[in-house]
Amino acid sequence: MADNTPAGSTTDGAIQVGGPQQPIDARVSAPASYDVADFPVPHGREEEWRFTPLERLRGLHDGTAAGKGVDGGVKVEVSAPAGVTVETVGRDDARLGRAGKPVDRVAAQAYSSFEKASVVSIPKDAVLTEPVTISVHGEGGVAFGHQVIEVGAFAEAVVVLDHTGDTTLAANVEFLIGDGAKLTVVSIQDWDATAVHAAQHTALIGRDASFKSVVVTFGGDLVRLHPRVVYGAPGGEAELYGLYFTDKGQHQEHRLFVDHDTPHCRSNVAYKGALQGQDAHAVWIGDVLIRAEAEGTDTYELNRNLVLTDGARVDSVPNLEIETGEIVGAGHASATGRFDDEQLFYLMARGIPADEARRLVVRGFFAELVQQIGIPELEERLIAKIEAELEASVA
Amino acid sequence: MATLEIHDLHVSVEAENGPREILKGVDLTVKQGETHAIMGPNGSGKSTLAYSLAGHPKYTITGGTVTLDGEDVLEMSVDERARAGVFLAMQYPVEVPGVSVSNFLRTSATAIRGEAPKLRTWVKEVKGAMERLNMDPAFAERNVNEGFSGGEKKRHEILQLELLKPKIAILDETDSGLDVDALRQVSEGVNRVRETGEVGTLLITHYTRILRYIKPDFVHVFSGGRIVESGGAELADKLESEGYEAYQTKGGVTA
Repeated sequence: MADNTPAGSTTDGAIQVGGPQQPIDARVSAPASYDVADFPVPHGREEEWRFTPLERLRGLHDGTAAGKGVDGGVKVEVSAPAGVTVETVGRDDARLGRAGKPVDRVAAQAYSSFEKASVVSIPKDAVLTEPVTISVHGEGGVAFGHQVIEVGAFAEAVVVLDHTGDTTLAANVEFLIGDGAKLTVVSIQDWDATAVHAAQHTALIGRDASFKSVVVTFGGDLVRLHPRVVYGAPGGEAELYGLYFTDKGQHQEHRLFVDHDTPHCRSNVAYKGALQGQDAHAVWIGDVLIRAEAEGTDTYELNRNLVLTDGARVDSVPNLEIETGEIVGAGHASATGRFDDEQLFYLMARGIPADEARRLVVRGFFAELVQQIGIPELEERLIAKIEAELEASVA
Repeated sequence: MATLEIHDLHVSVEAENGPREILKGVDLTVKQGETHAIMGPNGSGKSTLAYSLAGHPKYTITGGTVTLDGEDVLEMSVDERARAGVFLAMQYPVEVPGVSVSNFLRTSATAIRGEAPKLRTWVKEVKGAMERLNMDPAFAERNVNEGFSGGEKKRHEILQLELLKPKIAILDETDSGLDVDALRQVSEGVNRVRETGEVGTLLITHYTRILRYIKPDFVHVFSGGRIVESGGAELADKLESEGYEAYQTKGGVTA
């Protein structure tokens, strides 16, 4: 098959080295800010909004959702092993907002509108043997959320953010990772089919610290996540993994930004998605910026999509900007392929029944990524979930 | 003894201006242990015959029968035909991203044999078959047909033939796009399977070249959607020297 790109998908990308182009962070329509009033209401043609169906954001983008004055549309429960401090704090707590400012209007709306925030602190040197679980359960209505996860120097922790139920949620999640600390965050979007979820996840990585982010998106009517990584000091490492299964009518958008503003840091991004059904739409934006001062940077990003049926659409845009030649490595890859009738015929012509053939292809597609995630209990849940998605499609 | 019987087979495809008949009454019987070469010019319908027997959805059977040991093949789904013992080595094998050759072969063997092959003997079986086809062991970890060269694709098809041990093997232009070394190795693979005496082979080809390595028992000339002449191996020699021209006028096909 010479051209494996399904109709209706775009795979666009750029590597820019030096040059007069606007840097990635200047391409947005307004500078980052905590205040929603600093952002114009998007009309849909802006670079950062052009893939998002604004009418399905239920007013998160234009103030109407906040104007209704509804809060508490989600129930947040934190369970943490001994030694971890969990607090619910008000807007004026000095520990909020340190990882970085909101970068778009919806994140700023969340920052301007939340009433209570959760602060989870893992003390210095603590090595947790059990994960911290933050369960966010939607109970209908509009909610604005804010969570801070702070990991002390040389501590090690796994945090699971589990999103279920139905809601219209805009949120910011901050990860402050101390020097030499290791944090793994698994964010699972297992929403009901009607939920709307827009969130910015910002990680500030300390000296020689490691951050691993695993983003898993299955549910929701519209999910738009913005994982961002900033390095506070040299030697930091970020691994950003993502897995999504976009069904009929769903919009799932992952917009990553890795800001290499510090020397000798590493980043590795790998997102894989499968799509099935009419108007399933996945968007992946991978922005990596290597600033002039970030010598010794090593970065790679990858996005792969598998389109299982007609009628689905993928927009995949890797974007790597390099302002210094003194780096270890930088690369990107993006590809969208389809599982088509010829593949089905080929596998069936070897005796494999149709549903097993489809399962084989999808499992194979995700297998490498699931192994990279390296959390065995999660692997099982993911594989079971993928199988369930496939079963649902066969039915 | 397994027998594939094709009787008065008519097949159409959807074309822009309605269905177009490609096979116009094919009669052929292939028995286990026999090798039949089907030769003909481009556009004569050879590949349509191959894909119709395997059950490709693009082709509509409009008449005739195909049976394997009396069982109605045309009633079977694609995977049922494969499990019944019909194997098609494709001219253009399909890429299957995300599925490794080793996973594919094992899944396929499990489906065909009705139970998962025992791991220890299976590994040995695959390794041996790959060695005989001069395939690098690393090949097993690559994704099915993804980035394979023409020769690698054809070796991979014949590897499956060796492992799946069908009753009837249809080889659709297995020789096309191969250099002499690859052609020889692929042919040797086919011959190893033929020597078991347990497979009936339908060798579809445009060129006589492969018949230097795989000796057919019968040669059929295909033109205009049907078999227009049948004979022994000597018929191939005649085609070698005279070409298809005589048959093209006879069959009424403009290639």
